[in-house]
Amino acid sequence: MAKKKEKEAIFTPIGIENGKNGQVEKSVDLPDPTDKSHKDLGLSDDDVINMFEQMFLQRRFEERAMQMYQKGKFGGFLHLYIGQEAVSTGTVHALNDDDDIITAYRDHGWGLMRGVSAKEGMAELYGKATGCSKGKGGSMHFANVEQHFWGGYGIVGGHIPIGGGLAFANKYQENNRVTATFFGDGAVDQGALHETLNMSQLWKLPCIYVVENNGYSMGTAARRHTVNEIHERAKGYGMKSAVFNGMDALTVYENMKEIADEVRKDSMPWFVEIRTYRYRGHSMSDPQKYRTKEELEQYQKVDPVERMKTYLLDNKIAKKKDIEKIQERIEDEVLEAIDFAEESDFPGDEALYEDMFADTPHFHDRK
Amino acid sequence: MAELQFREAIRDAMDEEMARDEKVFLMGEEVAEYNGAYKVSEGLLDKYGFKRVIDTPISELGFAGIGVGAAMNGLRPIVEFMTFNFAVLAADQIINHASKARYMLGGQLNTPIVFRGPNASAGQLGATHSVAYDSMYAQFPGLSVIYPSEPDDAKGLLKSAIRNDDAVLFMESEQMYGMKGEVSDEEDYIIPIGKGKIKREGDDVTVVATGKMYHIAKQAANQLAKDGVEVEIIDPRTIKPLDIELIVESIKKTNRCVIVDESHPFGGLASEVGFLIQREAFDYLDAPVRRVTLPDVNAPFSKPLFDLWLPDAKQVIDAVNTVTYRN
Repeated sequence: MAKKKEKEAIFTPIGIENGKNGQVEKSVDLPDPTDKSHKDLGLSDDDVINMFEQMFLQRRFEERAMQMYQKGKFGGFLHLYIGQEAVSTGTVHALNDDDDIITAYRDHGWGLMRGVSAKEGMAELYGKATGCSKGKGGSMHFANVEQHFWGGYGIVGGHIPIGGGLAFANKYQENNRVTATFFGDGAVDQGALHETLNMSQLWKLPCIYVVENNGYSMGTAARRHTVNEIHERAKGYGMKSAVFNGMDALTVYENMKEIADEVRKDSMPWFVEIRTYRYRGHSMSDPQKYRTKEELEQYQKVDPVERMKTYLLDNKIAKKKDIEKIQERIEDEVLEAIDFAEESDFPGDEALYEDMFADTPHFHDRK
Repeated sequence: MAELQFREAIRDAMDEEMARDEKVFLMGEEVAEYNGAYKVSEGLLDKYGFKRVIDTPISELGFAGIGVGAAMNGLRPIVEFMTFNFAVLAADQIINHASKARYMLGGQLNTPIVFRGPNASAGQLGATHSVAYDSMYAQFPGLSVIYPSEPDDAKGLLKSAIRNDDAVLFMESEQMYGMKGEVSDEEDYIIPIGKGKIKREGDDVTVVATGKMYHIAKQAANQLAKDGVEVEIIDPRTIKPLDIELIVESIKKTNRCVIVDESHPFGGLASEVGFLIQREAFDYLDAPVRRVTLPDVNAPFSKPLFDLWLPDAKQVIDAVNTVTYRN
């Protein structure tokens, strides 16, 4: 056996295995949530009840999807958004309905917030013809372009310049739409982001680039894959930036609304870090050995769905009975979505060659 | 017919399409204030202004992706690469996004975008500036790949490419920009993508060549004609979709074929055409199909080595002599 040198060269900072013996070292520090009430923020009681419903739907949709995946009902990847629902929910409420949204492959919540029904979403996971992307995309490629949700994309960082391009087209067409481009902390390390930030600032593109910092780039903690504070990268581009709590939908709403209003006014881009937490593994095959149970539990204490529920109850916006009713209704909606997905047909063989071309189709050497 | 340089034919095609459709714009390195690294876009900034002729930083991945997003969201970008050798940095956008987004979202969006610029080698520029990428991109479903050889083809095909609702790669050559040729002055001159052309008629052997290699094939054909060998040159003009029918028809007449391809030998246009010919015209062949390609070696700088590396008329003549059993 080779003798271990006393000072061996080390490159990537060492993770949990050699770390602090179970002591919680949080991968992201959460900034304080807003202390404003929904009324202070201009939201009605119905708005916040709606937010709760939407967050609960995203949560239950994915929990059920996970069960179905584990039962072997469908294959492929399944990247769960669980824990991050306040980000999609607060953002979609803050933006106009015709503002453009694009994200990476952790996209179910975004689809559900932008008009993909639970049925269409579940059917897409099952690879059925009735899915939002006709079963051609699966979990990573939810989309509803009609409602300005341009989809989930599978190459880390690859959709960031595309988000810039959506904003470019909006500026070109002078339609006053804002684009919000979402990606994970892992994508911060991709060159595509930096090229896009530079051009966006230079060309004054009306785009908000948002890092959903959930603490992990797959299994690599943020402190092990990237240097310094993520939001501070904006400084290098002279870009406006913000960092805020992503476990509270009202905080996300407040910040995203202010930012979107400003972008609409001056057409200057923003770089935003929203700190959140991913409860589940990167995908379904992830044993999650890179973090402690204690760390996960700490974040679950500030669960965005529970938080909103408590808010509704504490402020007497809804009674316990009302909440239960909502939960039951959504539970049914998700179960119906599973039935729908199971009963739907797979795409027919002819679908293999469909949707490739908008113009004259051409397939080399098609039999 | 007007006699135009290759660059002028390309410029005219862009000019006409920009005049026709407000949504068409040009972006790339040095396309605006510098008037184009190879003067292809000269004058377009003056005519269309800074909104529609846009200088980009040297960020191929970034601006190619911005182009893809703009195409999805209603515009028709022409993205110029200073050469397709640099577009390798943008390959993720071309291969993973422009060609796939529509399919993977079940047809919810379109990507009407043209990526254009010079392809392959242009003299002694070393290994990283000398690669032909047409066959590589033709590998990917969803992309059309055009590599014209003459100004007339360039004009008609680029106009088609800009109007196409899907992603098209349009390849040029630094060494051909100054080359002159008759260009149709037909109003709104369009050549459909996917149609090859018989550029020279002959009964003895079919030579398939496009882009810069067409001119090598033509030199060889002129030389061979002096020896009484009449070459039929088929220029597919577009690598994909490939007009294999036109090639097969010609072989039924000549019974012999040589393919001249500027790519390296593995899995290029020559391999694909060769395969299809053996399947579609097996009974018509009087000799095995031959090809002239780059060797499986990187581009050298040194002049004698470079000349050895690049296909030339002599190699084409040798191949023709082989398939006609004149060697």
